[in-house]
Amino acid sequence: MERPNRCRIVSPLRRIERKNDMKTMGFSKKVVLGLMLAFGLTLGVHANEGGLAWDKAPNKTNDMAALQNGAKLFVNYCLNCHSAAFMRFNRLRDIGLTDQQIKDNLLFTTEKVGETMKAAIDPKQAKEWFGGNPPDLTVIARSRAGAGGSGADYLYTYMRTFYPDAEKPTGWNNLAFPNVGMPHVLWELQGSRKPVYDTKEEHGHEVQVFKGWEQVTPGTMTPLQYDQAVGDLVSYLQWMGEPAQNDRVRVGVWVLLFLGLFTFIAWRLNAAFWKDVK
Amino acid sequence: MAEFHEVSPNASAGEKLTNWFENRLPTAFEAYKVHMSEYYAPKNFNFWYIFGSLAMLVLVIQIVTGIFLVMHYKPDAALAFASVEYIMRDVPWGWLVRVMHLTCASAFFVVVYLHMFRGLIYGSYRKPRELVWIFGCAIFLCLMAEAFMGYLLPWGQMSYWGAQVIVNLFAAVPFVGPDLALLIRGDFVVGDATLNRFFSFHVIAVPLVLLGLVVAHLMALHDVGSNNPDGVEIKGPTAPKDAKGHPLDGIPFHPYYTVHDIFGVSMFLMVFTAIIFFAPEVGGYFLEYNNFIPADPFKTPLHIAPVWYFTPFYSMLRAVTSEMATVLALIVLAAAFFSARRLPSAFRGVVLVVGLAVAVMLGLIPGLGNLLPFLAPVTGGLLKAVPLLGGIDAKFWGVVAMGGGVVILFFLPWLDNSAVKSIRYRPDWHKYLYAIFVLNFLVLGYLGMLPPSSIGGRVSQIGTLFYFGFFLLMPWWSRIGTPKQVPDRVTFAAH
Repeated sequence: MERPNRCRIVSPLRRIERKNDMKTMGFSKKVVLGLMLAFGLTLGVHANEGGLAWDKAPNKTNDMAALQNGAKLFVNYCLNCHSAAFMRFNRLRDIGLTDQQIKDNLLFTTEKVGETMKAAIDPKQAKEWFGGNPPDLTVIARSRAGAGGSGADYLYTYMRTFYPDAEKPTGWNNLAFPNVGMPHVLWELQGSRKPVYDTKEEHGHEVQVFKGWEQVTPGTMTPLQYDQAVGDLVSYLQWMGEPAQNDRVRVGVWVLLFLGLFTFIAWRLNAAFWKDVK
Repeated sequence: MAEFHEVSPNASAGEKLTNWFENRLPTAFEAYKVHMSEYYAPKNFNFWYIFGSLAMLVLVIQIVTGIFLVMHYKPDAALAFASVEYIMRDVPWGWLVRVMHLTCASAFFVVVYLHMFRGLIYGSYRKPRELVWIFGCAIFLCLMAEAFMGYLLPWGQMSYWGAQVIVNLFAAVPFVGPDLALLIRGDFVVGDATLNRFFSFHVIAVPLVLLGLVVAHLMALHDVGSNNPDGVEIKGPTAPKDAKGHPLDGIPFHPYYTVHDIFGVSMFLMVFTAIIFFAPEVGGYFLEYNNFIPADPFKTPLHIAPVWYFTPFYSMLRAVTSEMATVLALIVLAAAFFSARRLPSAFRGVVLVVGLAVAVMLGLIPGLGNLLPFLAPVTGGLLKAVPLLGGIDAKFWGVVAMGGGVVILFFLPWLDNSAVKSIRYRPDWHKYLYAIFVLNFLVLGYLGMLPPSSIGGRVSQIGTLFYFGFFLLMPWWSRIGTPKQVPDRVTFAAH
């Protein structure tokens, strides 16, 4: 079966090339255009290799309840195969959990709260089952940022675009990450959906453009609930990528307020010394 | 021995203490005078003169944050990535120290590029300040080495593959290349040995050289005195002086420029801390997203780009294709031909032969064959007979262009033949030329971040030719046009 060609993203550069009016343009116009392209395309630095447009993930990294729910989903659904080897369980105190709560709800009996989040999966078996080792998820939200948006946006899109595909060994495929090795671990929550395509003509070719989803079997959650749950999970991943991120911003405000005052004093000090220099 | 001063027994404790030290370490007091309280700097410094002090500040920040990072970082391929995350999570305030260090690396280049631009437009490299400029260029080179090696240490994908690409460039050097690359890596691929030696260079060797050069840069500067936006000498024999022999157009560095710099520093820190606290990745420019994936020798990223401060030179590297090398060969031939015409006949032959040899090494013969298909049988036959005539791989010339882009700066003092130093009194069209130069540099920098493309490749080839043309033709173009009248004294408006 041929994989449908979805949602082709044509870069602005290409579009302009296609118009083929470069030759008739004056030199200065070309320079200006080149610069506009250069700065307009800054996103192109981390080139999105075509594919689906990413949905904007909700940022709930300041919402303790959402982060706790995300942590629960993470530990229950992700941590079986993926590690977060740089993240200690007791760091979850930052999102409002106590050591006792962590012990009771998130740990196996043998683990200690000071340990990092290691998956129990055997790397050899993982390779056999999925064709590769599941990547560590500690900083996954930071590493997956790109032209399409933040890493959280990518993960939010990815976790919501699985569809059944009989061709794949796991029985699942994904729109944001075609031919992904990972099965849809949240399928019970989401149910199964299939993508619907429109056929369009583009540059003399028939291409299939992704239009939307069709629910095949219902999940235990409504689509809205599922989106919220994934939003919580992704916010948790984003928080875990840099647990200090909100402290960072809070400290930053104070530092800038101080520097504002300091700059004012430095400015007046400078003026006082230089007022007599003729 | 210097004269021993006594102070009155009734003097204050502070005076006594000062006197005690002054008798035992007069050098320190002398240095304070020479470099601070009695170092007379022109009083017409403007905005552009802040970047020297800022470079010093940034250097100190790098050293201090670096010291703390080394306490927790592990230079081991198996542990490096995890130790950086350990710093970001488990070390108290480690995230701040690390983010400062990496933001400062970019800030260092911003500051140094602006500092160099200041020197460029006001002619600060011209006689008698050639050594100040040369030490400065050497500092810039060291800084590039420092940044390149430091970038390997987090051991992420970009660290790893960036180092792999750059070290492999050395392999393009004829004859010794592969051995040279092996010597740098200490292994056949970038690995633990590479990480260890880069760590050693990054924290010990290069900083030592850097500090020495900074001292030399400042000593040379304070010996000849600072230039200024007017390019007028304030300390020359004809310059106006007061009764004590101090220049009338100068002002003691301390306190006047120290208060100036404190103000400048506070402005800089506002921008710097705003980045650190609110956008440390700067959209992937200061901290590339790929670097959050641990180095994997078996997975080459789709697109490997150096950090932004290397990209103008990286563009020059990529611009030199075999086609471009042929163009360069023709330029070399033309230059040899025109200069030979002006030389006495004894030298003519030598220049022509050297020119031809360089052109052949640039791949003139296969290039001609490609350019003019009717010559292909001849050039093809020649190459079959003498394979050496094929010249050196264009990749090597790309490396030469990249290195040459930096090295050419060293020669600036002898390339500029303009009658006046400062851009203020140059013919107007010089200003446009410098503007284009800056724009060109930015465009090259931008293109260096992108994956290679045919249109981008063309633009960067033109940009590279312009960059080198700007410097190599400077002896001629800098003489064209009538400069404006340079004033006798600096122009200064009281604040």
